[in-house]
Amino acid sequence: MVKINGELTEAAGKTVEEYLSAAGYDKKRVAVELNGEILPKCAYADTIFKDGDSAEVVSFVGGG
Amino acid sequence: MNNDDKLILGGHEFDSRFILGSGKYSLKLIEAAVQHAGAQIITLAVRRANTKEQESILDHIPQGVTLLPNTSGARTAEEAVRIARLARELGCGDFVKIEIMKDSKYLLPDNAETVKATETLAKEGFVVMPYMYPDLYTARDLVNAGAAAVMPLASPIGSNKGLATKDFIQILIDEIDLPIIVDAGIGRPSQACEAMEMGAAAVMANTALATAGDLPVMAKAFRQAIEAGRSAYLAGLGRVITRGASASDPLTGFLRD
Repeated sequence: MVKINGELTEAAGKTVEEYLSAAGYDKKRVAVELNGEILPKCAYADTIFKDGDSAEVVSFVGGG
Repeated sequence: MNNDDKLILGGHEFDSRFILGSGKYSLKLIEAAVQHAGAQIITLAVRRANTKEQESILDHIPQGVTLLPNTSGARTAEEAVRIARLARELGCGDFVKIEIMKDSKYLLPDNAETVKATETLAKEGFVVMPYMYPDLYTARDLVNAGAAAVMPLASPIGSNKGLATKDFIQILIDEIDLPIIVDAGIGRPSQACEAMEMGAAAVMANTALATAGDLPVMAKAFRQAIEAGRSAYLAGLGRVITRGASASDPLTGFLRD
C-alpha cells in the first residue's frame, strides 16, 4: 500500500504520472513530495510507487 | 503618485502597496478584487490537492500578478520550509510568506521558529517575507537571517480590529531597514491609511475584504486609502500641538477698534 495525502491507496507499481492522471489530478497544477523529498515534475513518468511509500500531492488554494 | 516611489522586495519593483489575500471568498471574485485593489501581489495557501475541485485558483489570477504563497498550517520552522519548497515546486516563483503558528486560538506567530525558517529559505534563494509579532529584536534577527521584508501583525488574524500594536509597529518602521508590511487584523481602509501614514511600506488585507458587503468596492476603498496614506507619509504630516490652539487665519486686520 502507498499512503497518499494521508490515505492508503493501491498505487504500488504505478508510476507517479499514471497514478496522478488515473486519480484525476492536473499534473500542471500539483507538486508532489515522495517520502519527504520534492519529486520534480520531470521525474513523474519514471518514478514508480513502491509498497510503503508515502506521498503528498499539493496545490494552491485561496489564503491570506 | 510619484512614479519613482516603488516597493522593492528581493530586487523586484512594485507600484502597488496593497498585498491582497485570496482566502475565504469565491474564486469568481478574485479577478475583480485584484483589479479594484490595483494589487500586484496576491497571497495563496498550499494544501493537499483535491481531485474533486477541478478549478484551480491560478486560472482566476490575472497574468503578471506576483504570487506570494504562505506557509499556513506550519507549526515549526521545519514544516514551513517543507511547505515553501512545495510552493516553489508548484512553479510560481520564489516568493514566500512565512507563517508559523502553534496556537490555534489567537493564531499568533512563533517568532523564534520564524527566524529559523527565514534563515534556511533565504539561503535557498527565496524572497522571504516573514509574518511576525512586532518585536524589535526578532525584526533585527529577521534582517540578519536574510528576510526581504518584515510583516508585523496589527491585531489577531481575521479580527478586523485594526492597529492594536501600533506603537510597536512604529518602532520597527523607525529602526528596521527593510520594508515593513502591516499584515493581519487591518479591518478598515482608515486603519490601512493610518499604517501607511506611519511609514509602513505596504499593507496586506484579506478578511477585511472577504467579510465586507461588496468585496470589489471594498478592495477599491483600500487601494485609495493606502495611496492616500502613502502620499501623506511622503508629504510629511503636519505637527501636533499638545496644548492650546494655533490660528489658521491672519492675526491682523480684524474688523474692530
